[in-house]
Amino acid sequence: MKSAWKRNWVGFFFLGPWLIGLIGFTTIPMLTSLYFSFTKYDMFTPPNWAGLANYIEIFHDPKFYSSVKVTAIYVLLSVPLQLIFALLVAVLLNRGIRAVRLYRAAYYVPSLFGGSVAVALLWRQVFDSEGLLNSVLGVFGISGHNWISTPSTSIYTLIILAIWQFGAPMVIFLAGLKQIPVDLYEAARIDGANKFQQFFKITLPMLTPIIFFNLIMEIIHAFQAFTPAYIVSGGTGGPLDSTLFYTLYLYQKGFTEFHMGYASALAWLLLVTIAIVTGLVFASSKKWVFYQE
Amino acid sequence: MTTFKPRRLLLHVIIICIGLIMLYPLLWMIMSSFKESTEIFQSNSFWPKKFTLSNYIEGWTGLSGFTFGRFFLNSFFLVAMCIIGNLLSCSMAAYAFAKLSFAFKSVFFALMLGTLMLPFHVTVVPQYIVFKHLGWINTYLPLIVPKFLGVEGFFIFLMVQFMRTIPKDLSEAAEIDGCGPIRMYWKLILPLALPALITTMIFTFIWTWNDFFSQLLYLSDVKMYTVALGLRMFLDAMGQSSWGALFAMSTLSLIPLFVIFIFFQRYLIEGITAGSIKG
Repeated sequence: MKSAWKRNWVGFFFLGPWLIGLIGFTTIPMLTSLYFSFTKYDMFTPPNWAGLANYIEIFHDPKFYSSVKVTAIYVLLSVPLQLIFALLVAVLLNRGIRAVRLYRAAYYVPSLFGGSVAVALLWRQVFDSEGLLNSVLGVFGISGHNWISTPSTSIYTLIILAIWQFGAPMVIFLAGLKQIPVDLYEAARIDGANKFQQFFKITLPMLTPIIFFNLIMEIIHAFQAFTPAYIVSGGTGGPLDSTLFYTLYLYQKGFTEFHMGYASALAWLLLVTIAIVTGLVFASSKKWVFYQE
Repeated sequence: MTTFKPRRLLLHVIIICIGLIMLYPLLWMIMSSFKESTEIFQSNSFWPKKFTLSNYIEGWTGLSGFTFGRFFLNSFFLVAMCIIGNLLSCSMAAYAFAKLSFAFKSVFFALMLGTLMLPFHVTVVPQYIVFKHLGWINTYLPLIVPKFLGVEGFFIFLMVQFMRTIPKDLSEAAEIDGCGPIRMYWKLILPLALPALITTMIFTFIWTWNDFFSQLLYLSDVKMYTVALGLRMFLDAMGQSSWGALFAMSTLSLIPLFVIFIFFQRYLIEGITAGSIKG
């Protein structure tokens, strides 16, 4: 029997680097940014206590509302559409066909590349007035405009970019589909259930834990999207703030205007929002997520 | 069975069509990178009229006296350091969580899971200020040092899941033979956890290669630029005038990811599904 002291010593030796990281890169920065959010701080002079001034300013800031609107549209459209697409393709691929690995790999490629600057650059070109989309539309006699520099359509090009990367949740759905016992479908077939009934009565309920997992991950992910908006708008969030993602606004406030206190307040509002949204999804899960005994 | 064949064929056709539509922009970019600049927007043809490498030569030369070769070397260096950092720090923490017992273990584990959901914007402002005071701005340290301190909780979680499946008998037998915890970690657990380590390596490669935000934040000197920053600079400086060269360098920048994907697909798929199915 080893002494508790020695066991603790060994445990903390291995946990050490992570623990230093937790305190140094997470705990202390979090508390500091909470403090900064109540100050005016430009990095060159010491922070000045300002109470709730930043938060009050935020709620009178039209750009804040623009960024909230853009981000809300982005999250509300891209997450469900991406997941629906991922699920449908996964169901198609799960029908015992040949070459499923090849197809799965091909569909995953956009997820592999999607976060890169290269793809954001490509996107900017695809939706340009002389870009790929318009030249394809031109074949059908439709003349398009510049989808990115038109405020009413620019956000949708980024939503399409997000949906395009449905490969990662699709892979997860595929793995989940494989775990559904085959005898459930056999029993349903004997009872005369058609494919649609099988999908809605067996596949969908059995997949709800996976849908739940994907939903949480994609929501957190979507709230933090940055690269595509930055590259597509050249860092401005334009035209007319139509691609001003929340994180992009935060970056502008903090790292181009050096309003560190204001940026910290924005960051904390983001944290609270993500916590509330994922909390609501968790709370709702009791109603719709089906766990097998 | 034969009656099912036409439907099977239809299924394949649908799957291939969706796939082609999805991959078309990428394929078009690759093809365009071999076209002459004037041809890219003037013709609707997918294949270049005449294959040319001039875009690659123009792009590679880069700007400000630094070639894209420099940016690639910088990216590879950064990726290598991040991989070493993540492998070491995450495997140590995972070993502690999976195989050792110590005070407040479950509290720490819950904290670790909590950090998985934390948006990094909440910590980025103070981190930036600290790195500035340390004089680390415009070095690779702000991008590398955190990896050596296990900030990527996802990998710890992944390795814990994996290490828990290593039978207890093995470590108990080793302990009876007088094997201490450090040797056990290095000689027994790490080799057995190799698949999880490879998955960590792959994901670190992809995420670091694609990362833009923190590189944008901390690297301002062109000679330190990574591929992602090099591409952005190229876009800003040349704008629409040299899409050919931009496409050429974009295509090159995706090749390392593609190579990794081809060779390690199995580990990638395992990593993606690890949290959702077992957890």
